[in-house]
Amino acid sequence: MTATMMSRLGPDRIKELTLAATIFLSLVAFGLLIEEYFSGRFFNRITLGVAIVAVVAAGQSLVILTRNIDLSVGSIVGVSAYVTGQQLGEHPNMNVAVAIAFAVALGASLGLINGLLVAVARIPSIIVTLGTLAIYRTVLIDYGNAKTITADKLPSWLVDLPKSTLFSIGDYDLRFMFALAIGMVLALQLGMGRLRIGRQLYALGSNPDAARQAGLSINRLTVLAFVGCGALSGLGGFLFLARFGTITVTAGQGLELQAIAAAVVGGVSTLGGAGTLVGALFGALLIEVLNQSLVRLPAVSEFWRDAVLGLLILIAVILDAVLARRLNPGRPRILAGTASPGRDPAPPPASAEQQADSKTGGTA
Amino acid sequence: MTGALGFLTREDRRWELLLFGILILTVIFNVTQSTNYVGVNNFINLFELSIEKIIIAVVMAFVIISGEIDLSVASVMGVGACVVAALHDSTSVPFVLAIVIAVGVGGLAGLVQGWCTAKLGVPSLVVTLAGLIGFRGLARILVEDRSIGDFPSWFDSLGQSGLIGPLPFSVIVFAAAISFGGVLLGRTGLGRRAYVIGDNAEMARFSGVDVVGYKIRLFAVSGAVAAFAGVLFAARLGSVRGDLASGFELDIITMVLLGGVSIFGGTGSMVGVFTSILIVLNLRNGLGLANVEANTQTGIIGVILIASVVLRNTFDRFETPAAETDPVAPNQKTSANQTPTRREHE
Repeated sequence: MTATMMSRLGPDRIKELTLAATIFLSLVAFGLLIEEYFSGRFFNRITLGVAIVAVVAAGQSLVILTRNIDLSVGSIVGVSAYVTGQQLGEHPNMNVAVAIAFAVALGASLGLINGLLVAVARIPSIIVTLGTLAIYRTVLIDYGNAKTITADKLPSWLVDLPKSTLFSIGDYDLRFMFALAIGMVLALQLGMGRLRIGRQLYALGSNPDAARQAGLSINRLTVLAFVGCGALSGLGGFLFLARFGTITVTAGQGLELQAIAAAVVGGVSTLGGAGTLVGALFGALLIEVLNQSLVRLPAVSEFWRDAVLGLLILIAVILDAVLARRLNPGRPRILAGTASPGRDPAPPPASAEQQADSKTGGTA
Repeated sequence: MTGALGFLTREDRRWELLLFGILILTVIFNVTQSTNYVGVNNFINLFELSIEKIIIAVVMAFVIISGEIDLSVASVMGVGACVVAALHDSTSVPFVLAIVIAVGVGGLAGLVQGWCTAKLGVPSLVVTLAGLIGFRGLARILVEDRSIGDFPSWFDSLGQSGLIGPLPFSVIVFAAAISFGGVLLGRTGLGRRAYVIGDNAEMARFSGVDVVGYKIRLFAVSGAVAAFAGVLFAARLGSVRGDLASGFELDIITMVLLGGVSIFGGTGSMVGVFTSILIVLNLRNGLGLANVEANTQTGIIGVILIASVVLRNTFDRFETPAAETDPVAPNQKTSANQTPTRREHE
């Protein structure tokens, strides 16, 4: 087990480096194609956009690592952004820390609902979160009553937050929000690699059956992953509120797709147990660079955005499947016909049991 | 294996009875909510407004029974409609040919996804999620932010058509799709193979079933049918936009899972899907008549989606404690948790 864990560190580094190189190459390519590509304004727009997606994608990665998926993050971001904005409007003297804590706690409690439904009620996460995607949004729309949160009702520190800069080199600013997101992802990554709980999440994702045999509490870890995802989405909601100021009840709609795309493109394996949060950050960066740059090419209209995103995910998952087979022969084989890949997103306990079943069924 | 083959088990029958009970309750609820409910016009409305979802749900039942999922159907619907609209708008391709091309594009979309899933072994969940995003993007590229209308009058009347004989067109399509799907699933080798693959793909392969080919073909059919449904939807709306049918996958997957099809594959019946379609339609209709907003309806559908799986899990646990007595793998069974989500395998 330790041997495969050690060798898994290899592929993750390879993925991260490949992504960094891809980002660098696309920047160079766009730089050659577009005049005045490397402007400070452009840099700042990308870093601000990445800040939100990267935080949510980090949460999504926690869930994907445990062989689950969370489609409801967009709705959680919306709820958190809207309700926090409303509270700030009513209590303009609210402390920064209190406001952030409020947004995070709100997201975490919505994540807790997801996690309990997946782990305790044993419903596949895809079903749970497809349901809560609709439910959370519905509750928000009913609650919001078609009112819009506008920037003039928000305290000035929040409205100025996207502009606040730690330091700048020429036109290139290191914005506070971007630094916060990067710091968050790096801290979490360190925790995932060094802390016991982080290693347990990886263990659960790479082999739920073995994790259970080793005495890990599968249910608690699954719930934890969803709570973490909800909390980070809540933080994402706060950043969303700060960046846009004007929040309607549809805030954050579709963000789940971007977050999943960032995680998957960033090398977080949908088969569980492999990938890093830094990878997801790179994934978010690559997507944002492509999003913001493609529209500046004369030949490409903004309507290409989704098609490129879909294609990018497809390429990433195919690469992941091929790489997993090449680099890690010890990993569960996902060749068609040897196991049913569609079952992987099931809650870990049920999924493990079925895989055990199908294996014994085949050889008996 | 016997429990998973085309013949219904006791548990499936009971699940269907339960669904019939829920359906009757829904109808009673609707009757008490609105006096408009019991009218022929409303009844026609009920089917006409959802016929696209229904025919996709029939194919989706096959996909989920064989252990996969197709999240991209709503986006492929959009692609189908947008291909027709774009061809009609900017070329002189005959309209019927445009429809054929649209269905072909949908089939091709499904083929690619099926190939990635079955041949490369990427989970269908992720592949079709990429499809959900990518094909919606393709639809947007085709029509951009325009709204394309001015279709031939026969096409418009196809969607808004009234009666063929005493019955509305959409009811006939519904009945035909469900009975065709039911016979195919329950009474032919094609349907049996879906159960066998969903129950245990490895065993199916060793038994000589072409699992890869079957899944690729199934996804291709799912794509083609979705594109066709998108064209039908366009006919009913009379105009096409890039976001046509977005979010429909929620209703479609709910219809199938509420019908007792296990999300893990291998079980389910068309009678169950038929009943659950009626439940979802009646509920949407009744809520609409009771002036519940569309948004709230969607939330309620979400609750039903989750509830139907919880219910099915609980149901299975009480019906068949098979896992504890399974003679094949006693060690794994005792070490594993005691709540089987599926029934006997052997």
